[in-house]
Amino acid sequence: MLRTKQKQIEQAADLRLQSQIGEEERFGDLMRRMARENKTAVISFFVIILMALAAALAPLLTPYEENGMDLLHRLSAPSAEHLLGTDEGGRDVLTRLLFGARVSLLIGVVPALLSLILGAVLGVIAGYRGGITDAVIMRIADVTLAFPSMLLAMVMMYALGGGILNVFLTLTLVNWANVARVVRSQTLKLKNSEFVEAARIIGVSRDRIMRRHILPNCLPTLLVLFTLNIPASILTESSLSFLGLGIQPPNASWGLMINTGRQYLYNAPWLSFAPGAAIMLTVLAFNFLGNGLLDVLDPRMQKQ
Amino acid sequence: MNDRTLEVRNLTVAIPTDRGVVRPVNDVSLEVPAGSITGIVGESGCGKSMTARAVTGLLPYPGKVTGGTVRLCGREITGLPEKERRKLRGSEISMIFQEPMTSLNPVVKVGKQVDEAIRLHTECSREEAKGKTLAMFREVEIPEAETRYHCYPHQLSGGLRQRVMIAMAMVCRPKLLIADEPTTALDVTVEAQILKLLERLRVAGTSVLIISHNLGVIAQVCDFVYVMYAGRIVEQAATEVLFSRPAHPYTRGLFRSVNSLREGSDTLETIPGVVPNLLRLPAGCSFSLRCGQCGADCEKNMPELTETEPGHRVRCFLTGKEGTE
Repeated sequence: MLRTKQKQIEQAADLRLQSQIGEEERFGDLMRRMARENKTAVISFFVIILMALAAALAPLLTPYEENGMDLLHRLSAPSAEHLLGTDEGGRDVLTRLLFGARVSLLIGVVPALLSLILGAVLGVIAGYRGGITDAVIMRIADVTLAFPSMLLAMVMMYALGGGILNVFLTLTLVNWANVARVVRSQTLKLKNSEFVEAARIIGVSRDRIMRRHILPNCLPTLLVLFTLNIPASILTESSLSFLGLGIQPPNASWGLMINTGRQYLYNAPWLSFAPGAAIMLTVLAFNFLGNGLLDVLDPRMQKQ
Repeated sequence: MNDRTLEVRNLTVAIPTDRGVVRPVNDVSLEVPAGSITGIVGESGCGKSMTARAVTGLLPYPGKVTGGTVRLCGREITGLPEKERRKLRGSEISMIFQEPMTSLNPVVKVGKQVDEAIRLHTECSREEAKGKTLAMFREVEIPEAETRYHCYPHQLSGGLRQRVMIAMAMVCRPKLLIADEPTTALDVTVEAQILKLLERLRVAGTSVLIISHNLGVIAQVCDFVYVMYAGRIVEQAATEVLFSRPAHPYTRGLFRSVNSLREGSDTLETIPGVVPNLLRLPAGCSFSLRCGQCGADCEKNMPELTETEPGHRVRCFLTGKEGTE
């Protein structure tokens, strides 16, 4: 009797230990853990999902067309008919905000991701190989960084011409150098750590050490860089659009909308305010999500 | 079967610096007989770890082996290309380090890290590797191996981490395990367990080379001991011989620093001074600057390693003349 009871307690303790450090964590478990530890991150996650959905379903959500001009109702204030008012061509601002989200979200995420991959790979190689490889990669990075990023982007857009693919390419080539530098410095630090030496002692090859031992340890830094690069890309794109090099009117992007709205800032402030709020919301959401992911993904940060 | 697992002959390591060439390992010869535990003792900075690293072929840049040979089970390995040497590491030679806290990748589960060692050297599936890892965990007495397999390093205690390290180093059954200060970071009870574990490995057929500055550790497990000072071996003998009849003044100094505690005297005896700067070694015996019995000859010439009794060699002019204390 007593023995069975004791056995039950032991089994329960075993189970608890199992669940604490159990098998591979599924995505749902990860979200649940994040929900427990960091509510803002989960809210941000859903905000991002919602925005992506809104952008994808834009034509279904609004009765107006993206470029539907209505010159009788130019610059009208927000009303029941036009929730966020209309712009200088009488186009519904909410509609353009939804369509603009397609461009702006893509321009935020894609180049950030591409520059992250490019920068991380080159940074690790430069840091770990050292010598001439390091010198070549880092001098290219230095040249990239020596130009003001806006100037570099302008020059590239002039050379390549407009269009969204060229915007991706330009923003990637503008942002990768920063990532590479940060990853390289992390690699230099990790390269001399004892666990890398321990890996070499059991015969792990150079490439595998970079892939499996150094890159995963840079992940927290990369995640932060990612969330920082997204707003930077969105803002650079808006400047490019303003200069006539990025997304061309009448197509909408948030940056473009802010810039056209500037002329009417006194009599129709909603023109700039609405896309500005959208950019801020996106940027904050990505930042919070990044922080939250940082907490749950890094095993060292987990509660024991 | 060769009766010597490791045979090092006249090994010299040179590191070029701005102010000249440093030789942290100078003309070192040692051997680890099959199935034995051999020790290297000495103060910090006398070249113990450098010797070990030269044997594994992982000298920190810009260090280089400039002379001598290293034979593993009779096979010359110093001249092998890097790719060949990498194959040897982990499968034939392995090493464990002082700091179990930092020697494991913090973001990879410990079980996976041991799997990696297996999958590098043998063709096997994930499941097979996992099975072998778990068996190895049980062999090094990690309790609840299945649960620990999925732990990250920070979730384990120092002793457990050192066991994981040993499991990782031993899982491919290397012929030689080099243990560089394996217990320095651990407390005494855990130290005893780890040493017992190393003893068991020896019985299982792996020769062990222990590097330590802790004479207690050496006395407990080693069969044969080399004493190093300023990059050279100054005395070598079987453990009982060395502990009962230490001949070199440096060895005696090391023992006195321990014994004075045991006999309850108030002052802790030390060897005066520090290990000399390897760039400015004295012309004669490296130890002459700190030696209480230093004579005129010692300052001019470097003594040779000479045999005082079978298996007991000493690098000192005074041995034989003055006898034991």
